Amino acid sequence: MTATSPSTAPPLGNQSTPIVWLQKNLFNSWFNSILTLVLGGILAWALFNLVSWAFTEALWEVIPANLPLYFAGRYPASEYWRLWLILGLISALAGLSWGVLARNVSFLFTRGSLIVLGVLAVIGVLTPTPPVYRLLIVGLIVICAGTAWLGRELARRLPNMAQWVSLAWALSFFVVLWLLAGGLGLDQVSANNWGGLLLTLILSVVSIVLSFPLGVILALGRQSSLPVVRWLSTIYIELVRGVPLIAILFMGQVMIPLFLPEGARPDRVLRAIVGLTLFTAAYLAESVRGGLQAIPRGQVEAARSLGLNAPLTMGFIVLPQALKIAIPAIVGQFISLFQDTTLVSIVGLLELLGISRSIISNPEFLGRHVEVYLFIGVIYWVLCYAMSIGSRKIEEKLHTGH
Amino acid sequence: MTSPSEIRVPLWRDDRFWKIVFQVVVAAVVIGLLGIFISNLNQNMRRQGLVFSFSFLRNTASFGIGESLIPYSPNNSYIRAILVGVINALRVILVGFVLTTLLGVLAGVASFSNNWLVRKLSQVYVEIVRNTPLLLQLIFWYFPVFLRLPSPQNRLQLPGPIYASKTGIYLPWPAQGPMFWVWLAVLVGLAIAAWLVLQQRTRAMVERAATGKPQLMVLIGIGVVALLVLTIAMNWQIPQSAEGSPQITGGLRLSLEYATILVGLVVYTGAFIAEIVRGGIESVSKGQWEAARSLGLKPGQAMQLVVFPQAMRVIIPPLNSQYMNLAKNSSLGLVIGYPEIFSVSSTTFNQTGRPVEVFILLMGIYLLINLVISVVMNTLNRSVQFKER
Repeated sequence: MTATSPSTAPPLGNQSTPIVWLQKNLFNSWFNSILTLVLGGILAWALFNLVSWAFTEALWEVIPANLPLYFAGRYPASEYWRLWLILGLISALAGLSWGVLARNVSFLFTRGSLIVLGVLAVIGVLTPTPPVYRLLIVGLIVICAGTAWLGRELARRLPNMAQWVSLAWALSFFVVLWLLAGGLGLDQVSANNWGGLLLTLILSVVSIVLSFPLGVILALGRQSSLPVVRWLSTIYIELVRGVPLIAILFMGQVMIPLFLPEGARPDRVLRAIVGLTLFTAAYLAESVRGGLQAIPRGQVEAARSLGLNAPLTMGFIVLPQALKIAIPAIVGQFISLFQDTTLVSIVGLLELLGISRSIISNPEFLGRHVEVYLFIGVIYWVLCYAMSIGSRKIEEKLHTGH
Repeated sequence: MTSPSEIRVPLWRDDRFWKIVFQVVVAAVVIGLLGIFISNLNQNMRRQGLVFSFSFLRNTASFGIGESLIPYSPNNSYIRAILVGVINALRVILVGFVLTTLLGVLAGVASFSNNWLVRKLSQVYVEIVRNTPLLLQLIFWYFPVFLRLPSPQNRLQLPGPIYASKTGIYLPWPAQGPMFWVWLAVLVGLAIAAWLVLQQRTRAMVERAATGKPQLMVLIGIGVVALLVLTIAMNWQIPQSAEGSPQITGGLRLSLEYATILVGLVVYTGAFIAEIVRGGIESVSKGQWEAARSLGLKPGQAMQLVVFPQAMRVIIPPLNSQYMNLAKNSSLGLVIGYPEIFSVSSTTFNQTGRPVEVFILLMGIYLLINLVISVVMNTLNRSVQFKER
């Protein structure tokens, strides 16, 4: 948790003894003393109940017994090696980009991040999975650290390494899809078998990748000087933003087949992705529009005076700056998209929340709501919190750049 | 002098020409796509023997709805069923606005408290709620919390006196009747009067440097009358039951589904409003705090009289979209079985097999709700913005 010291609080100067600290921060007036005692009492009571429940009443077997379901859904166990390969590919790329970035930014290769890696490795060793998997998890972390070092060394020699890494990410998207779905020499795995965290991640990543260009186009359309384009974009954005996501997902499942010629029935995962993409693009467009509006007119005029035409001005001068400004808002949008994927469980897809509900309906684990929901709640929390910290870091970096 | 007609710009180098061509192409593509979709839709519907029309809405709905503020039975039409859904949704949305604003402002202001525990609690609340999915939170409130309430015999008594059991949450509530509405009107009148007097008092204090004492007396008088009306005249009914009997009579009963969706949405949206409030307060320059303190105002007073009114200018516009989110998220009542608009419509289209018409209707209702929220918030926004003379 970041301790933002509020502007009104007295400066925390003399913190020599805990008693002085307590007096200053908890008991500085009679009102605050009462408040502290009451809140502290409630908090202690709640914590006590939670801890005693967690160690006496809660039955945690439901988590380790279903771990494969949580992470991969009904993905055939004989094909798990493909998922591990994907994870390996992603950690290698992540390490590589970390290394390339760390060439310029020092905070990535500090003691703090090494400690985080160490902690992750310890967690990996302690997870209640077969020993092979623990070894694989540690292996992934080693790959990540190794490629990070490699990336830094390479980036020092090859100045345009960053572009190659971006290209590799773009290519890896298709490789990952191929590994997941099969075909071209691999056994086919139908999308109906994708589930759990795997499906959550697929839905969010694919929808993010697809909605980003659509959102940028819509934002440009809304800011355009051409009335037809502007009106069409505005109508789309306002209509989609006016309707709840669940309605769009529901109707996506029902109406997409109706709008397509007879016989064309895209599978349910694809329909959910279409719904999420169309929805997120409208919100993204508004974030990008905010960025576009923040660009001073002088930039456009300067570009024009250099002889650039309208599309070039947009593409090379205005849009890059606008996207940079909009990054925090865009990341926020992606975090909420990641959370919104839970809604596809309502239309019957077994992503993380859907699979949890189906596990609870298993007679063996009946009534284990709290354990199961706490577990996936922690997964969501960790991932979202990591994303929001990342976006805050980027934001700080961009601010100092000016 | 050269007239424009003498400089012949070739058509392919004329900016205006290309702008028109581009627009025509975009319009053609959109219309073409829509045309393909609609003709496919027509064919698909004809194959199922359906014709696009809203007349099915007058048919008998023949499904029950768990709770309703207006009389409804399965013999009624689909229109009435959807109306019940709309009213149920509005019940969540309107009460939700009030509660979520209170919670959000409280949590936002608490993050500036000089009490370390209060500050941390507010931060922890915001970080937990914002980083977990709303649907998960709703399910969490419903299954482990509200459905685990004790049976009516050993019901839970909360301060208030509020009772909670498997059959619902029971609150004290004024008895329904003609007098209730009369007194409610009196209360509203008193509130308006108080607001007017308050305005007059501020004006007198600011423009004439008056003490504002007479107005203060009037305000206290209004407060006393309002308190009397509230406590005595409203005829409060307290939920009661014989010892050990499952029946609880009197007061207001909230169903568990309503309580869940309300609590879930309020807690969720409250965290976002807290962040908006925090950002708004942070945007007020530090000099304002210092000036307020140099006038001898206590921190609480400085917040209330100097900082918060200025922060409102920053707070109100993003608040608008949070209210819209709350209204739209009320559609998640479907998951826990609260019969709001979306839940009723989804039953309707499942029964009638008319997703297109139902979706158009649904979209219209939600757009209307959003429009009303937007208009109200924009009016409010105009009233707090700087008036430059």
